[in-house]
Amino acid sequence: MGVAVIGASMTKFGQRDAWIRELLSQAGEECLTDAGVAPDDVEHLYVSNMASGEFEGQTGIMNLLAHDLGVLPAYSERVDQTSSSGGAGIYEAWQSVASGASDMTLLVGGEKMTHKTTGQATDIIASITHPDEYKHGVTLPSFAGMTARHYLERFDAPRESLARVAVKNHRNGVDNPKAQFQKEITMEKALESPIIADPLRLYDFCPITDGSAALMFTTEERAREITDEYALVSGIGGATDTHVVHERDDPTVMGGVVESSEQAYEMAGLGPEDLDVAELHDMFTILEFLQLEGIGVAEQGTAWEMAMDGATAKDGELPINTSGGLKSKGHPLGASGVAQGVEIYEQLVGEAGPRQVEADTALACNVGGFGNCVITTIMEAAE
Amino acid sequence: MTLEAGMCSNGHVSYPTHPLCPECGEPQEETFDLADRTGEVVTWTHSTATPPGVREPNTLAIVEFDVTDISGASDEFVRALGQVTTDEVETGDTVEPVYVEELRDPDAGIKVPESQDWDGYRWDPV
Repeated sequence: MGVAVIGASMTKFGQRDAWIRELLSQAGEECLTDAGVAPDDVEHLYVSNMASGEFEGQTGIMNLLAHDLGVLPAYSERVDQTSSSGGAGIYEAWQSVASGASDMTLLVGGEKMTHKTTGQATDIIASITHPDEYKHGVTLPSFAGMTARHYLERFDAPRESLARVAVKNHRNGVDNPKAQFQKEITMEKALESPIIADPLRLYDFCPITDGSAALMFTTEERAREITDEYALVSGIGGATDTHVVHERDDPTVMGGVVESSEQAYEMAGLGPEDLDVAELHDMFTILEFLQLEGIGVAEQGTAWEMAMDGATAKDGELPINTSGGLKSKGHPLGASGVAQGVEIYEQLVGEAGPRQVEADTALACNVGGFGNCVITTIMEAAE
Repeated sequence: MTLEAGMCSNGHVSYPTHPLCPECGEPQEETFDLADRTGEVVTWTHSTATPPGVREPNTLAIVEFDVTDISGASDEFVRALGQVTTDEVETGDTVEPVYVEELRDPDAGIKVPESQDWDGYRWDPV
């Protein structure tokens, strides 16, 4: 059964006074309105969230949101796949409609993080690692540092190429009123910012963020009855790589990105050459390169050239992260994959405002952990 | 205390060990100790934004150990991640594992201290 997206919403991302309950309900309510769907039409509700218990002490948030939005007695479920919880939520929502189990599925992703210190938030996120990694004090940023060093040394890529990713995504974020940072940065600023995990510096990393985003899914048939403007989920794939990061055969290959994108391309009957725009999980600048290579847009060891050439800029041959990416939009863990979906949906239905590019086919790649779990989604504009 | 690697009947080697081989799914029935050999640094970082209970900066490295001398091994090397004893390290350096009783403060982070080990090996450049 064809699965369509008929509505989207996103709260302001950033440092918010709201807690998880309010963030989720705000995005959920706005998505119902955007889609023109009544609460009691919702049959399944998925809530993407990594760690509301660990961050805030609030659990059972699928039930909380279902009650607050008046979607009872809809089936509800919390989806946790760490940083790719949002993408996993898209996968669950797609499955619920594709299988015929639900005709109307609401997906809301959210995370409340900024009330914790950077150290505490880093520790909660680092707790996803293997005990033999965790005891060494490894953090996700330190994986990024080690991988970036290996990539730069092995492929003789200039350090500047990583800074270009940050500069580009900050530039794109200026046009996104929901982004945490709507501020351009210079190459100089990126290259001289404090070291976080050598060779990576502050501006190679996304911030810690509060926020929520939502999407409404239904059958293609029902979408046609409800609206002229919808997008189709034409391909989706999910895959898991090693839990222990150093056990991967090649430190510069994200196997989950390769596998999930191959599945998504096959389902959609498309290839990397068909993409018009993509949202990639730039939690760290180096990840934009690894994903461009993983989804087959660039050969291994060459994606840095696309950053240097401007090929991934908004006016380049394949605009990447028109939303500003996690880098400037922010990264509320469970919300990020949903927010990627919101951006590609808005690009496909022509609602992206100053960020709009010409796009009929779009891809979103949501990475959990350090490539540990990955969901790749392809959406196409309705004809 | 050992730096224990696991090996399945097909000779696939991993560190840390797993109940079933990540490569082929066979049980890892053999183990051997990496602590008495030297390894080569594949990559490293100085991590300066460290979580509670972790030294700062925390220099970490991924190290590759040659295992071609292990009887029955079909893999040529196995990698391991660990803290480095010094902040002065470069890719390609030879290091040896040195035992440390507590790699970070078990009481400062989010994990339940009793849920895992906190001792292990740091890499010391030779």
